[in-house]
Amino acid sequence: MEEPVVSMKDIHYAYETKNILHDIHFDIPQGAFMGMLGPNGGGKTTLIKLILGLLKPDHGSIHLFGQPIEKFRNWSKIGFVSQKANTFNKGFPATVYEVVSMGLTAKIGYLKLFTTKHKKKVLHAIDQVGMSHYAYENVGSLSGGQQQRVFIARSLVSDPELLILDEPTVGVDQENVQKFYSLLHQLNDEHNITLLLITHDTGTMTEHATDIVCLNTTLHFHGKPEEYKTLSNKDLSQFYGHPVNIVTHDH
Amino acid sequence: MLADFLEYDFLRYTFLTGLLIGIIAPLLGTFIVVRRLSLIADALSHVTLAGIAFGLFMDKKFALGLPPLYSGMGFSVLGSIFIEKLRGVYKAYQELAIPIILSGGVGLSVIFIALADGFNTELFNYLFGSVSAVSQTDLYTILGISVIIILVIGSFYKELVTLSFDEEHAVASGIHAKRIHLLFIVLTALVIAASIRVVGVLLVSALMTLPVAASMRIARGFKQMIIFSIVFGELAVIIGLITGYYFSIPPGGTIVVVSIIILLLAIGIKRFSHTPRKRRDPHGTE
Repeated sequence: MEEPVVSMKDIHYAYETKNILHDIHFDIPQGAFMGMLGPNGGGKTTLIKLILGLLKPDHGSIHLFGQPIEKFRNWSKIGFVSQKANTFNKGFPATVYEVVSMGLTAKIGYLKLFTTKHKKKVLHAIDQVGMSHYAYENVGSLSGGQQQRVFIARSLVSDPELLILDEPTVGVDQENVQKFYSLLHQLNDEHNITLLLITHDTGTMTEHATDIVCLNTTLHFHGKPEEYKTLSNKDLSQFYGHPVNIVTHDH
Repeated sequence: MLADFLEYDFLRYTFLTGLLIGIIAPLLGTFIVVRRLSLIADALSHVTLAGIAFGLFMDKKFALGLPPLYSGMGFSVLGSIFIEKLRGVYKAYQELAIPIILSGGVGLSVIFIALADGFNTELFNYLFGSVSAVSQTDLYTILGISVIIILVIGSFYKELVTLSFDEEHAVASGIHAKRIHLLFIVLTALVIAASIRVVGVLLVSALMTLPVAASMRIARGFKQMIIFSIVFGELAVIIGLITGYYFSIPPGGTIVVVSIIILLLAIGIKRFSHTPRKRRDPHGTE
């Protein structure tokens, strides 16, 4: 059995007196396409920040690629596409090429030069997400869906084995959401990149993910999409704390 | 018109210093603007004024011969470190560091000026710049600072750009944001101290932001923005120094006015050349 990419045991995290995460145990197996569902304020983003080492749990242990997170240094193995991709500073005049290059900064390291080898990698990543035509355009002038692909390329360029996406389809129209998911499948199937995708979009998620977890302070569900579909509306309402309608976001 | 600048030593020193700060001020300014720190540069320039007033005071009362450029630089660097600490203390109110440092700088300046028994022409030169105040030692000091700044920015260019564009992502990928921030703010303090002789305390932040504001309108990509900023900065310094000299106006004023004219032209050119066109994406996006 291969080492899970992420393994969380007995995780507790509180902000001031409010419990954000309580008694979280879960693994992300290698090669999984894991969808994470949950209400706002349910702790999804906090959980990601814990995995990325941006926050420390009050209690419990996290292993990344089999290594305790305190000792883990190989951060370029983990790619991260944040919600911010929609709200980043559009006035910042960086070209697609420049933005994707930024994904290599930490991997190259301090005082080391960006070489032609790196340039090739950047162009390849841009090609992978189908944005070659726009390589030298300012990112701020692109549409939301195009920007999203640029930010994925920025994460892909450092050859991650785990890609974490925090609500990447917010603000992207329905047609492009489909394209976006086929790109994710391609990364998952052909490049064997493990995916952790946070979303509100329950309908689409059950179609695409191989594993689903539902998080609202505690883990309410962890299993296959087929099992998730058998959950009753009552189960779901309990989980979200209010009646549930499945809605897609295409504003 | 350039002849006087080549003939007289003091004018030549000013001119060469101007050319140097025309490079380093907009170079650093590009990062300051995209990181929304323009006001911090302004606050730091007032701390530098306090340092200069301190130097003048020490010189006048105790004849210590402490060059105001050095005391200004010392205060500016200390102030910059203090700003970073304050921003850490008031995480949710990071802009609070600006009025604290700015008023602190002005307050200290007033105290030192009063202790030194009032205003003198030298201080006036520091406020608005001067075409004749740069000594050979000043020039060499500023040359040294410029070399350091260009080397450091060159060495940490990719980290600075990555952090400025998206700090969260940069930190998540393993870049040490705090150290780079500190390094950056200290560089800013050095540039401000170096620029004061020519542009003056009150206008130094203009030379760091106006050329960048103009360049932002027309540049494609970050590197291009830096290059245009430097070109505009140099134009402003050269035209500003020459006109300032011939009309006996402090160069701070003329340099800022030239920068504003360049800015207006850049906005105008953008308007004029802007033809609305819808980008087509071969992949169907948009």
